Amino acid sequence: MAMDPTEIVRLIKDGIPDAQVQIEDLRGDGDHYAAYVESSSFAGKTRVQQHQMVYRALQGRMGGELHALALQTGVPRG
Amino acid sequence: MENAVFERIRSDISDNDVVLYMKGSPVFPQCGFSAAVVQVLTHLGVPFKGVDVLTDPSLRQGVKDFSSWPTIPQLYVKGEFVGGCDIVREMYQTGELTELLNSRGIDARPAA
Repeated sequence: MAMDPTEIVRLIKDGIPDAQVQIEDLRGDGDHYAAYVESSSFAGKTRVQQHQMVYRALQGRMGGELHALALQTGVPRG
Repeated sequence: MENAVFERIRSDISDNDVVLYMKGSPVFPQCGFSAAVVQVLTHLGVPFKGVDVLTDPSLRQGVKDFSSWPTIPQLYVKGEFVGGCDIVREMYQTGELTELLNSRGIDARPAA
């Protein structure tokens, strides 16, 4: 039940090519992460839809081998 | 089987203005993320129906399929999926959650 952070970032970027991802291992246990994901493809979408795009990129790992990923999404400014 | 679960969810969220699918009960949440959403709703003074998914494995999976959302908790307002813990917390902090509730005719204290 642990995942490498570089693997999480890779999956997100594979699914959302222009994504900028900041990730933090909250407890240092490889199981509780916080991620901030920015992508122009989020524009015009609700938060639920934005998070669903990230979850889709993670291909079912969220809620499975990835127990906790606190997620925040945003659209790049400017 | 799946339809029966979906039917149950549809009737839960249409019969109750605010429904939280969670792990444990509002009094004894069994997970920190569920507890956080209970705390937000309590702060806002919003009555809600808590549904413990741990008592029913088909519901635990069914509610994830229903909303295409991989995790519990899940908050529904007037039949509409609002989000999980992160979104609820973010909306609470920005005041959007109070706005949403008020716009749906539900009294909520402004986030202090």
